[in-house]
Amino acid sequence: MSFLETKALSRRFGGLTAVDTVDFRLEAGEIRAVIGPNGAGKTTLVSMICGRLAPSDGTILFDGTEITHLPPWERVARGIVYTFQITSVFRNLSCFENVALAAQRALTLGKAPWHTVDSSALASSVTDALARVHLHERSDTPAANLPYGHQRLLEVAMSLALKPKLLVLDEPTQGLSEAEITDFCSLVREIAADATILLIEHNMDVVMELAERITVMSNGAILAEGTPAEITANAAVQQAYLGA
Amino acid sequence: MSLGPHLLLALMEGTVAAFVLALTALGLTLVFGVMRIVNVAHGEFFMLGAVFAWAFAHLVGNPALGFLVAVIASPIVVGGAALVIDRAILRRFNYQPEATIVATIGLLYIIQQLVLIFYGPDARSVEAPINFRVQLPWFGYSGYKLVVAGIAALLLLATWYGIAKTKLGLVMRATQFDSETAQAFGIPVDRVYAAVFALGAMLAAIAGVLIVPIKQAYYLMGLDPLLLSFIVVIIGGLGSLRGAIIAAFVIGISDGVISVFFSPNLSKILATLLVALVLIFRPEGLFGGKAR
Amino acid sequence: MDRHRSLAFHGGALALLFLLQFVLPPYHHTNFTSIMVLATYGIGYNILIGYTGLLSLGHAMFFAAGLYAAGLTVHYFNIDPISAFILGAAAALAFATAVGLVALRTTGVSFMIVTMMFAQACFLLILYFNQVTRGDEGLVLSGAARQIGGLSLTNPTFRYNLALALFTGALVLCYILIRSRVGRVLVAIRENEERVKMLGYHTFRYKLLALALSGLLSGAAGASYALMFGYVGATFASIEYSIFALLWVLLGGAGTVLGPIIGALLMFYLVEWTSEVTQSYRIVVGAALVLLTLFFPKGILGTLREKRLRWLP
Repeated sequence: MSFLETKALSRRFGGLTAVDTVDFRLEAGEIRAVIGPNGAGKTTLVSMICGRLAPSDGTILFDGTEITHLPPWERVARGIVYTFQITSVFRNLSCFENVALAAQRALTLGKAPWHTVDSSALASSVTDALARVHLHERSDTPAANLPYGHQRLLEVAMSLALKPKLLVLDEPTQGLSEAEITDFCSLVREIAADATILLIEHNMDVVMELAERITVMSNGAILAEGTPAEITANAAVQQAYLGA
Repeated sequence: MSLGPHLLLALMEGTVAAFVLALTALGLTLVFGVMRIVNVAHGEFFMLGAVFAWAFAHLVGNPALGFLVAVIASPIVVGGAALVIDRAILRRFNYQPEATIVATIGLLYIIQQLVLIFYGPDARSVEAPINFRVQLPWFGYSGYKLVVAGIAALLLLATWYGIAKTKLGLVMRATQFDSETAQAFGIPVDRVYAAVFALGAMLAAIAGVLIVPIKQAYYLMGLDPLLLSFIVVIIGGLGSLRGAIIAAFVIGISDGVISVFFSPNLSKILATLLVALVLIFRPEGLFGGKAR
Repeated sequence: MDRHRSLAFHGGALALLFLLQFVLPPYHHTNFTSIMVLATYGIGYNILIGYTGLLSLGHAMFFAAGLYAAGLTVHYFNIDPISAFILGAAAALAFATAVGLVALRTTGVSFMIVTMMFAQACFLLILYFNQVTRGDEGLVLSGAARQIGGLSLTNPTFRYNLALALFTGALVLCYILIRSRVGRVLVAIRENEERVKMLGYHTFRYKLLALALSGLLSGAAGASYALMFGYVGATFASIEYSIFALLWVLLGGAGTVLGPIIGALLMFYLVEWTSEVTQSYRIVVGAALVLLTLFFPKGILGTLREKRLRWLP
């Protein structure tokens, strides 16, 4: 049994089928990249996995249990964490506050609502997460004052503070500089030591560098799946995507 | 009068009220549909329509002629006021939804006060333009009320035709669908917004003109149509024109019947309970799409 | 450091209110008593609009729930003021929770419309049960019924300090709430609810909690008003009273702890002063709302926080 599995998963918007009966499997510990042209259904697929969108048909299994109809917060409790494509940190709050929101959720999961959080435990959890993305010195800076690249890192820190089992990164390197991308890749590899990673990415260098397996989507369906070498060699992919 | 005719009378009263309510609510939901804002001063446009109708009728003297002038001039004046409000206030904060609510509450007070100053605290009536009664076997019914229903029906049809079939309607729908893309395609979104806001106000104003020979013009008369329109648009689905019209008839007719047999207050309380029920089962309203 | 400043600031404001009772002439003494009670209502409203970002236009129904629950039980069943106060606050809490379960199913502007509608239904219910409530005319509670441990609530000094205690309680509750981890989630919901959901929070529950607390404070203020001033009337349930709360909070600064009392104080005297000159308080209220949205959207304390006092909660 796979770590994450979708069975005949579909999502329609009016007359348009964005994701069409997709069977997708992901094994624990993988770094998986999902690639495909714009409108291929990548974000729609992961949005259903995270619970931002309800599927029209099909089922989703995570860690052996069905999660198809669970609300997003219950999926977070099970360890599925989504990092937004469009940076959506809380702009008016400090970096500390941003990450604290995530950290206090992780510290209170499964506890009664009146359970109090030890503020030093919270602080150390926040500092840890910020340190992993090298933002611990900007703790008091309002998120809006961070440069764009750092805001993306703050997003990642928020996700890390949630202690993900499956981390979904939606185009994380968009808008980052070359140097930032290099740092980001090593960060993802560190995270992958204790989490499974599902990565939507347009930058093929990043994909080739990070992914152990690649899933290619086109027109709402899975076109091909395999190791980076297999995908590079795949004629159908060449035609549909890489060659285009 | 026995129960049957009494019920018939209540149904007729309710239907006439429903036509007027449909016009008012259509204005509110049209503005929301295209601009994504709620105009809390919508009821005051209704009231202004009624007050100007009195003024024009008073000026002209002859009831039929006065009504004719009022039914054309009142909405124009009110539409003009709406244009000024759009330019001077709403556009300045870019139609931000919360700010619009707060500002239009402010306008509600300002308009009420101005009417109180220049028109006074009295409720004044206007003579109906026509004076015949339709004689049914059990009671006579005001012919004017039938005219009101007729004019309102025509206006509802005209609005529907305007939105569904004309170029202006197409431009409005495009703006509603995606204002940024519309802008990119050269649609003057600013002017569309101003026009829609004025159109919404004019629909309310016409409703006010139509009602004044039945109900009198009074500076606090705007609250009831506002709240009834709110009930209607929430039940019908905010932004849905079809929903607003269907809900207006459900609410208008039941309001008429319950008001006649019990009390107007009870009818509004029951309508609110109905809203609560709708929200429990369909939070987006009966005809509303999911929020985009 | 910031924490100390902020404690000093709010403590200082409370101390000032305490000291004012010794210098205020009787007329203003009574005004301040009522302003503190109304500001408690404002703090309740602010928890919802200022910190959680939910715009309600029906808060008068929670104020009225407290007012009527306390006032009617004192009038008809002669219960003591303390029990009546607790009953009023509890009634408002229960009522706000029930309203929230339905109204919070909507989002954005629909929430505003629905709260306004429910409030109007409550107002009409009060008129409908005219024989019990006496509708617009209202009920006057006898002074004899309003005694706590031998002290009469008609005594100005006693009343002033009770109002101050109520206001202090609300202020402390609000202060603790926004510094707590629940408050952190509420503010985040105001900023971006979708993101908060994806951080694993069941946001509906938090919004319901905010509405319940907001209703509780509004109801406690309503109950106190009935007991302190001995009058219960339908005006307090009208839409106007919901709009007043909005105006106070926006003027003082939405999302600031002391904003509501500053707004309530200014509006109280502004309306009072203009009523002497003209009959037109409506134009003052209306113009204030329009001008605030156009030129002063953050209110007094909100603007101060942006410009100078960054530490202000």
